[in-house]
Amino acid sequence: MTNLVVEVSRYLIILLIAIYTYYNFRFFSMKDQEGRDLACSRQLVCMFMLHFLANMVIVLNTGLESLALFYGAQVIFFLCYIYLYRFFYRNVSRLLVNNTCMLLCTSFIMLTRLNPSRAMRQFVIVAAAAVITWIIPLIIDRVWQLAKIPWIYCGLGLALLSAVCLLGNTSYGAQLSISIGGFSFQPSEFVKISFVFFVATMFYRSTDFKTIAVTTAAAAAHVLVLAASRDLGNALIYFVSYLMMLFVATSNWFYLGAGAAGGAGAAVAAYHMFSHVRRRIQAWRDPWSDVDDIGYQAAQSLFAIGTGGWFGMGLYQGMPEKIPVVDKDFIFSAVSEELGGIYALCLLFICVGCFLQFMLIATKMQAMFYKLIAFGLGTVYITQVFLTVGGATKFIPSTGVTLPFVSYGGSSVLATFILFNIIQGLYILKRGEEEEDEKDQAKSQGQ
Amino acid sequence: MKKTRPNPRANKNILWFAYGVVGVFAAMGLYMGVFLQFQSEDVINNPYNARIAGMADRVVRGKLLADDGTVIAETVVGEDGKETRSYPYGELFAHVAGYSTMGKTGLESLVNFHLLSSHVNLMEKIIDELSGEKSTGDNVATTLNLRLQQTAWDALGDRRGAVIAMEPDTGKVLAMVSKPAFDPNTVEAEWDSLVNGDSKEARLLNRATQGLYPPGSTFKVITALEYMREHPGAYDGFHFSCDGIYEYENIRIQCYHKTAHGEEDFAASFANSCNGAFASLGLELDLDGLKGLSEQLLFNRDQPLSIPYKQSVYQMEADAEDWEIMQTAMGQGSTLMTPMHNLMVMAAIANDGILMKPYFVDHVENPGGQTVKKFKPEAYGELMVANEAAALKELLVRVVNEGTGSSLRTDAYQAAGKTGSAEFETGKETHAWFVGYAPAEDPKLAVCVIVEEGGSGGRTAGPIAKKLFDAYLIP
Repeated sequence: MTNLVVEVSRYLIILLIAIYTYYNFRFFSMKDQEGRDLACSRQLVCMFMLHFLANMVIVLNTGLESLALFYGAQVIFFLCYIYLYRFFYRNVSRLLVNNTCMLLCTSFIMLTRLNPSRAMRQFVIVAAAAVITWIIPLIIDRVWQLAKIPWIYCGLGLALLSAVCLLGNTSYGAQLSISIGGFSFQPSEFVKISFVFFVATMFYRSTDFKTIAVTTAAAAAHVLVLAASRDLGNALIYFVSYLMMLFVATSNWFYLGAGAAGGAGAAVAAYHMFSHVRRRIQAWRDPWSDVDDIGYQAAQSLFAIGTGGWFGMGLYQGMPEKIPVVDKDFIFSAVSEELGGIYALCLLFICVGCFLQFMLIATKMQAMFYKLIAFGLGTVYITQVFLTVGGATKFIPSTGVTLPFVSYGGSSVLATFILFNIIQGLYILKRGEEEEDEKDQAKSQGQ
Repeated sequence: MKKTRPNPRANKNILWFAYGVVGVFAAMGLYMGVFLQFQSEDVINNPYNARIAGMADRVVRGKLLADDGTVIAETVVGEDGKETRSYPYGELFAHVAGYSTMGKTGLESLVNFHLLSSHVNLMEKIIDELSGEKSTGDNVATTLNLRLQQTAWDALGDRRGAVIAMEPDTGKVLAMVSKPAFDPNTVEAEWDSLVNGDSKEARLLNRATQGLYPPGSTFKVITALEYMREHPGAYDGFHFSCDGIYEYENIRIQCYHKTAHGEEDFAASFANSCNGAFASLGLELDLDGLKGLSEQLLFNRDQPLSIPYKQSVYQMEADAEDWEIMQTAMGQGSTLMTPMHNLMVMAAIANDGILMKPYFVDHVENPGGQTVKKFKPEAYGELMVANEAAALKELLVRVVNEGTGSSLRTDAYQAAGKTGSAEFETGKETHAWFVGYAPAEDPKLAVCVIVEEGGSGGRTAGPIAKKLFDAYLIP
């Protein structure tokens, strides 16, 4: 009987995420607010149903009552998050809130299946992060000094990254975290954001050659420190974000071309200089000739995705625990194995949907500072999604970064909350301005 | 904040970037889709994939079927729930079907995933789930033909060797026999003797794809093709006078049993399989050209085979000594070839130069008989142009009608092919080869036979091939 329930809910879950994803994109083509609200409400219905089905399967499979309670806690959290956010900020982007919840919902399902105690720990961090970052839109609206302190962003970021490089704990051959009071903390996740703020403040002031040269030098320092910590995934994210922000700020194709050429040169140099880079490339080109060693990660990930197929094995029916670091870098493979390739692809499209939302907000912001912030954070976000999903599917060599909101990890989820709430703050700001304008127009027409 | 001068092109650039990102993600999604749809099967079947073993806990392994539905392998579930893999024909399909007790080999390994996947209808699945029974796995319908397999098995008799038959225009493998064989029903019990037994026996080895033999005179097909390429339109001008022994600078080359073939032109030398003629002709050849041609014909290369095989070996370089050149031109020397490879070259000739990928699985069906997945013939590529294939076909017909292939002469159909008697150790009988196809005008079946220490190819291997052609072509 349990198997039957697992089997049926497997297909229903796929159907629900497909409908959810459909509305995510349908939303963009809708003009009227009513239609958009309806689409968002339907998304939430899908999400809660999906969340229920998956948790039912989890409870049936494990027989643990505590997980049923855990499910209840998650539902309460989602309801509070969705409705309180809307209550405090009238003009919130509902789509972004929905997507946050959908990604977190997938994360809770997968983490509970992989390791319930880690899932509960993650849940506590998520709840705390949601509460703390809730204040961010308010700050964005009120604190205009944010655009005036570039060297604080830069100095703080470099100091944190250097601290990790020198003192950090090594995991999988890279220095990623430092321990403070028993908590392991990954500064590079947060420095991404301060880095974007630094670049935005610099280019907001001026885009003359001198500013560009200074900013580029500071950006290069970030990237080099990350490379020295062997955190190549993040080095790449910083690099791409900087290059694209430079391009948008200046519209100068020469900078873009020179930057891309420089990046390619650095990649080739890294390939020849570092054996760990060569290993990654080798594992990507042919994981099969050495499945036991170099190709192990990539092969396990592909076994998972391949065996799961389009419709997945069903929760608890696969072997995602065979994949190394499955709850962080390879969570996408675990989702694909048990919830299905279709589900995984929908998840990917939802991430792209978030990104497109970021870009739309960037185009709507008039102030260059805000525009660059939205654009830069969007680029950071989507590059990270690309690296982790590309690595799991062997589209590109694996670089060892997490899937925002879905992967396990406190720093990652807190940083992602900050990132999303900054964008949310910009959206709320913009909508507020638009409403003022409408009121003014109405007034002038009334006279 | 509104005081900033907005860069007029900024929004345009943002949009361009967004489009670019959407494009990259579309490519990545497509890549994953292609992987899931087309490539995942090979990956799943990898022996390192621990997940397949897990599937066996939920599914009763499906059946292997011959092309008429006859059961080659099935899993019998005893009353105590114990599963036994049963092979009703015992040794007959041993190598090609393989076994699944001590690891997996042959088709049991190739289609492992399909046998352990279940596509029973939903109703049945629900009943299975409710009653806690395992689902029944899908059945795999192979291309193997029971009658041909049995004919090949009987014809080879007690001798060591291999017989393979396939359709040249599709690549369907209809029969594959390797002897000595083993009984897959008792592999587990006999394991020690199978692994440690007489090395000459090598009963677990599938000689059809993994046995490397000197090709002997069957290699003259390739030598002849190279000669034709180097003398386009003029190879008819070749002449040789054979008195049974050819001497060249103190090197003596004998024809089989020192038979004197007399005056021969190119086609007659080929039909008579005259060693002297080919040794002398070999000395004229461009050795780089011969090596290039051999590699084009899949020597030293991966072969389009889905079951384990050995690569064939061609070693002669441009600076070879005369002796080696003469030996290589007639298929001796250090050249080694598997029977399956020899068959692929012949099948390509029969199919106007195009090699079809040999395949063993026609379709996968659920236990109710509905097709789940159909496999279609696939071309590997052009091994030679159609003109060359046509010229070789003429030569191969004359082998049967006028030369060493006389045992295949019949009024029922016109056969074509090449014999070989390959020396491998002084003082021992030669390995007997025949590789060919029939009917010559519209090839329906290509066959390769090797009999270890069988003596003359024409006399020992030819009649075996004829039995297969008879069984398949005479209604």
